[in-house]
Amino acid sequence: MSTPVVEVTGVHKSFGALHVLRGVDLVAHAGTVTVILGPSGSGKSTLLRSLNHLEKVDRGLVRVGGDLIGYRQAGNKLHELSERQILKQRAGIGFVFQNFNLFPHLTALENVTEAPISAQRKSKAQVYERARELLDRVGLSDKADAYPRQLSGGQQQRVAIARALALEPQLILFDEPTSALDPELVGEVLDVLRDLAAAGTTMIVVTHEIGFAREAADNVIFMDEGQIVEQGPPAQVLDNPQHDRTRAFLSKVLI
Amino acid sequence: MSVLSPPRSATADPPEELVVVPARHPWRWAGTALVLVLLAQFVHGLATNPGWDWNTFFGYFLEKSVVEALGTTLQLTVAGAILGFLGGIPLAAMRLSKNPVLSTVSWAYIWVFRSVPLIVQLLFWANLGYLYDRLQVGVPFGPGWSFATADLVSPFGAALLGLALHEAAFAGEIIRAGLLSVDQGQHEAAAALGIPRHRQFFKIVVPQAMRAILPNAANLLVNLLKSTSIVYVLAIGELFYQVQVIYGRSGRVVPLLMVATVWYVILTAALSILQYYTERYFARGAVRTLPPTPFQKLKAVLRK
Repeated sequence: MSTPVVEVTGVHKSFGALHVLRGVDLVAHAGTVTVILGPSGSGKSTLLRSLNHLEKVDRGLVRVGGDLIGYRQAGNKLHELSERQILKQRAGIGFVFQNFNLFPHLTALENVTEAPISAQRKSKAQVYERARELLDRVGLSDKADAYPRQLSGGQQQRVAIARALALEPQLILFDEPTSALDPELVGEVLDVLRDLAAAGTTMIVVTHEIGFAREAADNVIFMDEGQIVEQGPPAQVLDNPQHDRTRAFLSKVLI
Repeated sequence: MSVLSPPRSATADPPEELVVVPARHPWRWAGTALVLVLLAQFVHGLATNPGWDWNTFFGYFLEKSVVEALGTTLQLTVAGAILGFLGGIPLAAMRLSKNPVLSTVSWAYIWVFRSVPLIVQLLFWANLGYLYDRLQVGVPFGPGWSFATADLVSPFGAALLGLALHEAAFAGEIIRAGLLSVDQGQHEAAAALGIPRHRQFFKIVVPQAMRAILPNAANLLVNLLKSTSIVYVLAIGELFYQVQVIYGRSGRVVPLLMVATVWYVILTAALSILQYYTERYFARGAVRTLPPTPFQKLKAVLRK
C-alpha cells in the first residue's frame, strides 16, 4: 500500500495522574475507514483528539500525510510549532464533534463557508458554491439559511460534516458523531458516513455503532485502558475476537 | 376565542364543535385597578402640588446654561465609556492570560480601582499636582520631556481620567465574564477548523460573548451617566453642578433638581432603546425566532 495518511507511533498521554494513552501505534491508509471501539475512558477520544493536536501528546509521534503534527524535527530535537502553523495543519484534517459545536450565531451555510474563506483564503464565490453542493450532499440544501438552533440534532451533525468536508481534508476524524442523537436520528448521520466511506474518504471514527463498523470499516480497533487490544478487519475483530477483553465488551454491546 | 374540532372517536358520539372558554383572572383585574388608582393619585399630586413649581421647571429645562451643561455630561459619559471599554479589553485579555505577571497585574488593577470610591479617586486626580508638580515622558535614564502637571491635567481631564480608570476596572470584568460564557466547544471547533487566531476571536468568540456582555455593559453605561454628577466636586459645569449653581442663586431647589432628573431619565431611556436593538442584533441564532419589537407589536395591534 501507499504511504499511510495517519501514522501514530508510541503515543503516551497523561492528564495529571491519569495515564490515558499508554503507547499507542496506529496506521491508517488513504481511502480506508478505521473504526475505534472501546469502553468509556479507554482513551479513544483522546487518541482521536491528539491526531489534530487538540491534545498535546506527552511522548511519541503523530504523522498525518507524512507531516509531523505539532512539531518540526531537526536532528534529534523536536521544535514545537507556532499556533499559526498548527492551525494550518488542522485545516487539512476534518473533525466532527459529538456535540456538533456548530457556531450558533452563523447560518448553516456560513458555518460551512467560514473556515475555507478565513483559513484557506479561497475565493468567496467558489466557497459558497461548494458549500451549497456540500449541504446538498448531506441532504440539507433547503436549510442553508437556517441557524443551528432551528435544526434537529441529526441535521446539525450533518451540517457539521459538511463544514469538515468544506476544507477538503485528507482525513476526517469523527468523535462519537451519533452519541448525542435520538435513536431515530442516528440513521441519517450514519447514512452520510456510509456515503463518504463509499466515496473513498479517509476516515477515523470513534463510535459505539457496531453495525456501522461491520458494514463500513476496513479496520476495526478495540481499545482498553489506553492501549490497542486488538485490530483487524471487522469480520475478524467483531466475529472472532482473540482477546477476552474484546469478547466481554462485544458481548455487552451486541445483543 | 378559538374553536377546536375533536378527533372523531370510534364511539357513537356525533362529531361536534367544542368551544374553549378562557380562564378568568379576577385578582389580576383587582390588582390593575389598585395600581391605576395609585398612579392617578401620584399624577394628581404632581399636577396640583405648587411645590413642584412647574413654571420654573419649564423655564430652566431648555435654558442655555443647562443645555450646555448637559453637553458636558454627555461628553464625560461618551469619552468615559469609550476610554473605559478600551481599557477594559486589555484588562480582560490580561486576566485571562496564562502569563502570571499579566494576570496578576490585571487582577491588582481591578482590585484597587473597584475598591476606591469614585469620589475619592477624583479628588486624588485633581490633586495630582500636589504629589507630582511635573510629569515627564521619556526613556529611563535617557532624554525626556517634562510638563507641569497643572497644565496637563485640567479639572475636566482629571474628571475624565478618574471616570475612565474606574470604568475600565468594571468593564474589564464584564468583558471577561462575556468571554468566559462562550462554550469551550466553540473554541475547540474554531481551532479544529484551523481558523486564524484573530478571526476565531472576532468572528466566533466575540459575537457570542456579546450576548452576556451587553446587558452588563448597558448597566455600566447608565451608571457612568449618573456618576458624572459626582464630578461636581471638581467644579466642572456638568448638569448636576449647573442646576446647583442655579438653585443656589434662586433658591428653587426642587424644580431644578427635577430638571436634572428628567434629563437623566431621558438619556437613560435613549440608552435603553439602543441597548434593546443591539441585544436583538446579537441574539441572532440564540433563539429560534426573535420576539416582535414593541414597535412591531404596536403595528400589529393597529392593523387589526
